Amino acid sequence: MSQTLTVDKFHVYYGEKHALDNISISFQPKTVTALIGPSGCGKSTLLRSLNRMNDFIPMFRTEGSVRLGEEEIYDSKIDVVNLRKRMGMVFQQPVPFPLSIYDNIAYGPRIHGTTQKKKLDQIVEKTLQQAHLWEEVKDRLHKSALGLSGGQQQRLVIARVLAVEPEILLLDEPASALDPISTEHIERLILSLKEEYTIVVVTHNMQQAKRISDQTAFFLHGEIVERNETQTLFHSPIDQRTNHYLSGQFG
Amino acid sequence: MEKNEKTSLAVQLQTPAKRMFWMEWRGRSITYISVWIVILVLLSLLWFITSKGLQPFLNGEVTLSQFFSSNWNPQDNKFGSLYIMLGSFMVTICATIISAPLGISAAVFMTEIAPKWGKKVLQPTTEILVGIPSVVYGFIGLTLLVPFIGKFVGGVGFGLLAGTLVLSIMILPTIISISVDAIESVPQKYREGSYALGATRWQTIWRIVLKTALPGLMTAVVLGMARAFGEALAVQMVIGNVPNAPFDFFTSISTLTSMITQNMGNTVPSETFNQILWSMGLVLLLITLVFILLIRFITRRRDA
Repeated sequence: MSQTLTVDKFHVYYGEKHALDNISISFQPKTVTALIGPSGCGKSTLLRSLNRMNDFIPMFRTEGSVRLGEEEIYDSKIDVVNLRKRMGMVFQQPVPFPLSIYDNIAYGPRIHGTTQKKKLDQIVEKTLQQAHLWEEVKDRLHKSALGLSGGQQQRLVIARVLAVEPEILLLDEPASALDPISTEHIERLILSLKEEYTIVVVTHNMQQAKRISDQTAFFLHGEIVERNETQTLFHSPIDQRTNHYLSGQFG
Repeated sequence: MEKNEKTSLAVQLQTPAKRMFWMEWRGRSITYISVWIVILVLLSLLWFITSKGLQPFLNGEVTLSQFFSSNWNPQDNKFGSLYIMLGSFMVTICATIISAPLGISAAVFMTEIAPKWGKKVLQPTTEILVGIPSVVYGFIGLTLLVPFIGKFVGGVGFGLLAGTLVLSIMILPTIISISVDAIESVPQKYREGSYALGATRWQTIWRIVLKTALPGLMTAVVLGMARAFGEALAVQMVIGNVPNAPFDFFTSISTLTSMITQNMGNTVPSETFNQILWSMGLVLLLITLVFILLIRFITRRRDA
């Protein structure tokens, strides 16, 4: 089910601004890859380029290739809508739709053609359990999702993404707006989802990268400075700039 | 010398506080006086319309059941205004049926489909349309629409159809501009979240944007209806002003507003007819109140 995502000599421009410079990296199935680096280094840009959410930005332009399995995602013939379905994305701010908890989860399956109530019920229960949220919300499925706490909302959003059965999970600082306990929930959730998905997570929190990821890539000024097994990168970085960043000399 | 310095210090400390006090007092007085003037004017208006409107019933010249009957014959002291009220409702409802879907669709186009063009060209245009005086709409209706209907569609031209069309064009900009506000206030993040799940633009608009904006859209429609219901001049110019049963698009009918504008100058205050016009005004007032309560109710549900 999950696929390898390969980024090859990839450039991104916003008008004149060269936001990503010659990025090559691959994301393996059943692996969590953390993208770290200071603000504005291009890590979120890469993430949002992977499921083509940057298409909405005027003046956005790419060079090079991104492949999901064998498919070139910037091919003009590709079905972008279907591509986004295959790459579930979770944003920094938890944004449940102003609908009930049930309808939030069922939204994805419904737009992709599942209308049977029984099937939807199953999906809702299964994904909420996957997201470790079922026990907390099973008695209030038809209440508004806006009444949930921030941490619960973010798990709901993850469940909502899981409901469309993606192959890749793209998480854009999924815990940075949450309190420590909710963060722990999300981290455990990411580790459990690793069994089934290719996961890419952008994070500002280096401890978090250490805790949840297998691979880490360090970004600076739109380039990947260094990329390695997480343990290796944190303990014995090769590049001087990585070392400086990890030791907190800039950030 | 030392003592002198002390007092000057005390004065220095005191003066700004005193000045502040006077400024505060002055500002508060102005707002208080203004609000009391407004309340007083509104209350006396309400009192005046209510007492005038109830007069014919209190005098016993007309009974309520007569007023709400369909027997209209002022020469014979018969003031059954049912058809006139229904006329107001019919023309409002028909105009809304045309304008609501049109206006909301146009708002969607301006905000979601072509935001640049919508913002630069369409939005200023609708704002201008809101500002055109109703007599101009009526005049256009009278000059173009009425002869056209009379010649090519049916009847003499005056009537429910002409009134409906003129009103629907008049309330369209109101519905559009309030709908645009409602749609624009839907957070961009909802759209992103929807697209990220693989939704198409249409699915996102239909299931997320419009659903979220629904209270605002309903407010837009109700405000449009309120405008249609209260519009007098343009309607009076094209509706025909004969209190027939308003169930046929091609016969002349009357509405509450057109009846008032048409007859207020031709009757004298001592006449029952004149007093009945006030009763119609009271009915208009009450129904407008219903519209306002409706909007309150809709927007409160959004906050809850």
